[in-house]
Amino acid sequence: MDLFPLWNSIRIAGISTVIVFFTGILAAYYIAKTPRVLKGVLDVILTLPLVLPPTVVGYLLLRVLGPKRPVGAWVLSHFDMKITMTWWSAIFATSVVIFPLMYRTARGAFESFDETLSHAGRTIGLSNTYIFWRIRMPACRQGILAGCVLSFARALGEYGATSMIAGYTPGRTATISTTVYQLWRTNDDALAVKWVLINLSLSFLVLLVINLLEKKEGRNVAHS
Amino acid sequence: MSLILDIEKRAGDFHLKADLKCGDEVLALLGASGCGKSMTLRCIAGIDRPDRGRIVLNDRVLFDSEKKINVSAQKRRTGLLFQNYALFPNMTVEKNIRLGSLRDRNAETDVRKILERFHLTEVAGLYPSQLSGGQQQRTALARILLSQPDILLLDEPFSALDSHLRFRMEEEIREVIRSFQKTVILVSHNRDEVFRLSDRVAILKDGSVDRIGSREDVFRDPMTKNAAVLTGCKNVSPVEITDDKHLLATDFGMILAVPKIPEDTRYVGIRMHHIYPGDGENAFDCTVTEEIENPFSYTLMLKKTGADNVKPFGFEVGKEVWNKCRAHTVRVHIPGSSLHFLRE
Repeated sequence: MDLFPLWNSIRIAGISTVIVFFTGILAAYYIAKTPRVLKGVLDVILTLPLVLPPTVVGYLLLRVLGPKRPVGAWVLSHFDMKITMTWWSAIFATSVVIFPLMYRTARGAFESFDETLSHAGRTIGLSNTYIFWRIRMPACRQGILAGCVLSFARALGEYGATSMIAGYTPGRTATISTTVYQLWRTNDDALAVKWVLINLSLSFLVLLVINLLEKKEGRNVAHS
Repeated sequence: MSLILDIEKRAGDFHLKADLKCGDEVLALLGASGCGKSMTLRCIAGIDRPDRGRIVLNDRVLFDSEKKINVSAQKRRTGLLFQNYALFPNMTVEKNIRLGSLRDRNAETDVRKILERFHLTEVAGLYPSQLSGGQQQRTALARILLSQPDILLLDEPFSALDSHLRFRMEEEIREVIRSFQKTVILVSHNRDEVFRLSDRVAILKDGSVDRIGSREDVFRDPMTKNAAVLTGCKNVSPVEITDDKHLLATDFGMILAVPKIPEDTRYVGIRMHHIYPGDGENAFDCTVTEEIENPFSYTLMLKKTGADNVKPFGFEVGKEVWNKCRAHTVRVHIPGSSLHFLRE
């Protein structure tokens, strides 16, 4: 049994989780500081991928990244490289789809953060960077950790946008979800079940890890 | 060494207009909640940005709207003690305090000294949530003092403490203030704290300074209705001036003989402890409408006997005295020289 789809799914989900970890958190942090009207508008735009069907996201991405479309054509002519139908093309799709999950959980965590901690840090001379990474993030780690795990799990299961932008090429762009679909389509039930079981245990593991992390957290740090 | 403050800030309907000067002394800002006390401190510390004005601390311009100067909170060297102390929950007491020393890198011995000074050595390894309220406040004070501020800003320092702890922590704060020897601004709505801790008092009302002066002057002659109420005067009534030696306290239906009435007097204030039982100057027969029992005294609500449409006023009497002579009516007198003449 070729385990490529497993490895491919994990790397795509992993990389896109790292991407949205930074972009989602920064967006949540800075958008919270914008005036109310702008905040409302940006919030809607950034949350949109959560409610759009993944195929619509995939279609919109193809309109931008496809070889005959603005960005795709530019990359093709300058780097002689197509940015669709490769294994890493799926990262675009999953990142866009999971971005709102990270953004919204981070925003929720930041909203419940006691701003006086940041004010106190500033008045005793701590830099804003220090306050962000050493005070704000640890205080919000529960929410942000949950956001990461949710994002990773959702990225692992992404099908619609991924299949449109990366396609299904065995050994090159196949992920677990596209593989299961192909196996079902070609009546390879035995192998499909194996992949379903792999996917189930992977999801189980991810959720188990978050529960364990939360318990450990409760023992060591969060006495409040 | 001084603070010069002249700022304005609008927030919705609220308009802060603070104009204060302050030397190496303890200035108390006394006011009802929402009067702009805390916002004033936040503007000095650089957390809130005034719309207009100037803040100068020891000849260092911290903020000047005309010259477009706005020194960051990090560089202002203001020690702001927050109501909830704002200790970092993910760090131990020692780490919290150590962060105060970041401006001065060789402060290892200072950290140890200050832990000892605030009796925190034994809890140095604990997290803020494992501390008592008093220990939390000491940790916050230690962290602030280690950051070597040029001014101390204390925002309602005792409001988060249980009442039995307040007295002890007040003693510690007094000690901190005494050894600090620079400008201290104390924000409070408790007149007793303010009187015990401060040199001068500024009374705030709706974002503006209503009355400022030495604590003795402000408590002896509050001058405004708001200042009288905030310094604990319970009986305040509008007045009608009948002649230059008499006025009518309309709420209480009492004509009071007084030595002299200042111009623009609109109200009269009668402190409960300036009402004496028995006959004398400005004596009235009163009916007891209510008897409120305190731990060591009674507060009696009295109405002038025979007067219609009057409100009761408060009168405090010792438990033993009242238990001996309890009655439905009492005769009290109010020396004219003890009255407060108040403007709006």
